[in-house]
Amino acid sequence: MPELRRTPLYEEHKQLGARLVDFAGWEMPVQYAGIKAEHEAVRTHAGLFDVSHMGEVVFRGPDSEAAVQRLVTRDVARLAEGQAGYAAVCYEDGGTVDDVLVYRRPEDFLIVVNASNREKDVAHFRENTADLDVEVADESDDWALLALQGPEAVGLLGNFTDTDLAGIKYYRFVEGKVDGATAILSRTGYTGEDGFELYLRPDDAPRVWKRLIEAGASPVGLGARDTLRLEAGMCLYGNELDAETTPLEAGISFAVHLTKEPQFIGQGALLREDAEGLKKKLVGFEMEGRGIARHGHTVTRGAEIVGAVTSGTQSPTLGRAIGLALVEPEVEDRFMVLIREKPVPAKTVPLPFYKREKR
Amino acid sequence: MSVPGDLQYTKSHEWVRTDGDTATIGITEHAQDELGDVVFVELPEEGATFDAGDSFGTVESVKAVSDLYAPVGGEVVEVNTALEESPEKINEDPYGDGWILKLRTSGQGDLLSADEYQKVLDEES
Repeated sequence: MPELRRTPLYEEHKQLGARLVDFAGWEMPVQYAGIKAEHEAVRTHAGLFDVSHMGEVVFRGPDSEAAVQRLVTRDVARLAEGQAGYAAVCYEDGGTVDDVLVYRRPEDFLIVVNASNREKDVAHFRENTADLDVEVADESDDWALLALQGPEAVGLLGNFTDTDLAGIKYYRFVEGKVDGATAILSRTGYTGEDGFELYLRPDDAPRVWKRLIEAGASPVGLGARDTLRLEAGMCLYGNELDAETTPLEAGISFAVHLTKEPQFIGQGALLREDAEGLKKKLVGFEMEGRGIARHGHTVTRGAEIVGAVTSGTQSPTLGRAIGLALVEPEVEDRFMVLIREKPVPAKTVPLPFYKREKR
Repeated sequence: MSVPGDLQYTKSHEWVRTDGDTATIGITEHAQDELGDVVFVELPEEGATFDAGDSFGTVESVKAVSDLYAPVGGEVVEVNTALEESPEKINEDPYGDGWILKLRTSGQGDLLSADEYQKVLDEES
């Protein structure tokens, strides 16, 4: 087995007694105190995540905007400087290469990619922009990434920065200092809560991490990150999204600008799919019978297979078994999930499963 | 991790408390710790019969699904139905309120003493 990569916070995780697992080739904390307690901490207080395994790719040069426009489904010409946008990256056939966050900075674009897709994405980015005057730089190793999330996150972070956090709207970012360290402070996240993601230099990250923990943030692992994002109805690449699934099918059409000019790779395929109708669609569901649906379980109606579960868990906030499934478009209210060969009834529910109260 | 001396164990981390021909079965403190927060248990009906080594149910945590294996053969005489509402008892009290089921034993399993089970744990860590 190849050696696992470690983030700059590896020693902090060990000290906190984290259980470490192999995640996309990285030795990452899956839990500290326990998934339910960590999940609860984010929903009610503030949780701190190490997501330094995520990849950061910078597009520089005169054609950087043209390159990003070609690669992502969102119209990035509409992003202001200091604004970030969620987008998909597609193949020509509309299948999904990755789902990413695009940051428009004054001089360049920063695209944040999933750890599991980093090498594939960078190759895809370079292959498809070779004719343009753009440098595609994989700067993933130059960044640590912390996510501070929860109703108390913004107040807690305010103790460590002079930046006016209240002035940073959702999906906006600024460069500033956190505990004296140079940082990008981005009001984004993957939990359904308010909070910030902090891009830091690797050398500064352990100190900032320790300070935020000492100030009361609970360390949260990838286990609760998954239950939090699922309650918030957010996609995970490899579950809801993959090369065989388009962003329209996965329900993220809000990140796809179908009439965009210049066109993005896959736009023709997505336009056709939009006109002809989706072959499958993503639905949220709750189990009505006893059992927890899991990724890969078959969805049936009568004797017919009509789809598959993409994600499923016991929701810590709702206390019910919830899930997402890609199903045939005509599937409406009810279906069965085969759990260990046994059909268990489920009903569709609107997404997201959980929405925070805006203050 | 606690390994009570008056119980017998399996390599798959179940424990057995034998009282005459009745065997009470659960999972060990180590097993519940490895699983994390238990959120669901699937148990057999009373009257079902199992041979030693058969899978008789599952325990699920938030992240993981784990099969349960019968440490000894026999007929199910009682299941801990309280776990359906409160599966967290398996985490809180794995050797007490978190017991899973009782079998009337009909055969011998290949069971480990507490010392032998402790060695299994030592080798795994």
